[in-house]
Amino acid sequence: MNARSIEQPIGSLGGNTLNWIASLGRFGLFLGQAVAWIFIPPFKGRQLLQRVHFIGVRSLSIIVLTGAFTGMVLALQTFLTLERFGSEALLGPAVALALIREMGPVLSALMVTGRTGSALTAEIGIMRITEQIDAIQVMGLNPMRYLIVPSIVAGFITFPFLTAIFDVVGIFGGYLVGVELLGLSSGTYFGEMQTFVSMDDIWNGFWKSLSFGVIVTWICTYKGFYTGHGTEGVARATTEAVVICAILILVWDYFLGSVLP
Amino acid sequence: MIRVENLHKAFGRQHVLKDFNLEITKGELVVVIGQSGIGKSVFIKHLMTLLRPDNGRILVDGADIGVLRGRALDQYREKLGVVFQGGALFDSLSVFENVAFPLRERTKLPRAEIAERVQEKLDQVGLREMGHKYPAEISGGMRKRVSIARALVAQPEIVLLDEPTTGLDPILCTTIHHLILDLHQKFQFTGVMVSHEIPDIFQIANRVAMLHDGGIVEIGSPEAIQSSTNEVVRQFIRGEIEGPIKPT
Repeated sequence: MNARSIEQPIGSLGGNTLNWIASLGRFGLFLGQAVAWIFIPPFKGRQLLQRVHFIGVRSLSIIVLTGAFTGMVLALQTFLTLERFGSEALLGPAVALALIREMGPVLSALMVTGRTGSALTAEIGIMRITEQIDAIQVMGLNPMRYLIVPSIVAGFITFPFLTAIFDVVGIFGGYLVGVELLGLSSGTYFGEMQTFVSMDDIWNGFWKSLSFGVIVTWICTYKGFYTGHGTEGVARATTEAVVICAILILVWDYFLGSVLP
Repeated sequence: MIRVENLHKAFGRQHVLKDFNLEITKGELVVVIGQSGIGKSVFIKHLMTLLRPDNGRILVDGADIGVLRGRALDQYREKLGVVFQGGALFDSLSVFENVAFPLRERTKLPRAEIAERVQEKLDQVGLREMGHKYPAEISGGMRKRVSIARALVAQPEIVLLDEPTTGLDPILCTTIHHLILDLHQKFQFTGVMVSHEIPDIFQIANRVAMLHDGGIVEIGSPEAIQSSTNEVVRQFIRGEIEGPIKPT
């Protein structure tokens, strides 16, 4: 084995590590710049409303649909388990806690990533490759202020709402299965829920959804903003954005789950 | 007005611009010609400050634009009107909103005055009735004209045109070139255009500069360029296969 054959893989490993660290730095810098621009007037109210509509309103149908079926399947599976221990009365709190603390924030974030996050990356990516971002820049304007800041703020605003809708619809989906199909009484389903679900649980889900809102819009706008060349570059950026978001949502969920009460 | 001194730009090992020198006086329209992929767009992107020189400098009114940052950079960019190769119109905005965009975002003009100026520009490019349409609903030639209207609406001192007729049929090319000529004569902006539309550009340029092998090999009046004895220039403007220029 000569020296070159040893050097090459080591060099390549070093190069990849450096690239990875540099890329992390760019990610961080991008978010830092976006956060700084949030507080610098003039504020782009119209763009913000458009983004709230783009991320929030357009994701409503998918959130309602997945929320309902998540609640239903959760109720069905939990009921079958609780039945073995004679604790069917705890179905309501079990469904509510699972939705409010975990499944609501995580699944709604994953759904919005697939539905809107990918579209956000593709839209900004196409603006990049068709020189629209360059056009904003050479007009002496800041593309960060026009494209990125409204998206991140909109994510911050809409994700908690979407999660709340997911939770409520999911709880009613669980009601449909537990009460209407499996014969549990309505009073038991909701009554026990009030006993077992505390404000801490709701805050837990709220903080998660808030942070997922920032993570998803941050990653998706970054990937679009620094997309590669041509349509292939946009396609790759979109895939990467969705994959990174999905991984970060799950990792961050675990982290917050262990830190929050 | 614009002075490019020993501009050098490389991408990895590929040296695109090498000792590129050019001087453009106020109010003239200089067209930079050259093969596809030779670095014309790289040069004009330096003027747009989208790229920065590796070496050399670009002076505009005495200021080195390669080192501008922050507010000074924005102030330089406010002097520019840019027509991009693909038009670069904002898909989500109508034709009217696209043209109004620089005025709405950079000035505090009242709405009525903005509307008046935008309508005037749309008239000048022959798109009076098209303001309500979206870029996807109009033809390629119309998009280029909207792009020209947007570049000129804020009355820029310098207009940069990056192959404004790419992808258009010959009649539309001539129409766009005549439009640029008319607008240049009317507004007397300093213009830099990169193109390889021979012979059209000889009718609109004050001077023509030939870019080859990273630098300007010849610059002169359209007549001087057409009668040039430089082999590179002769081969290019005649579109000959044999000669010092090898197809890229």
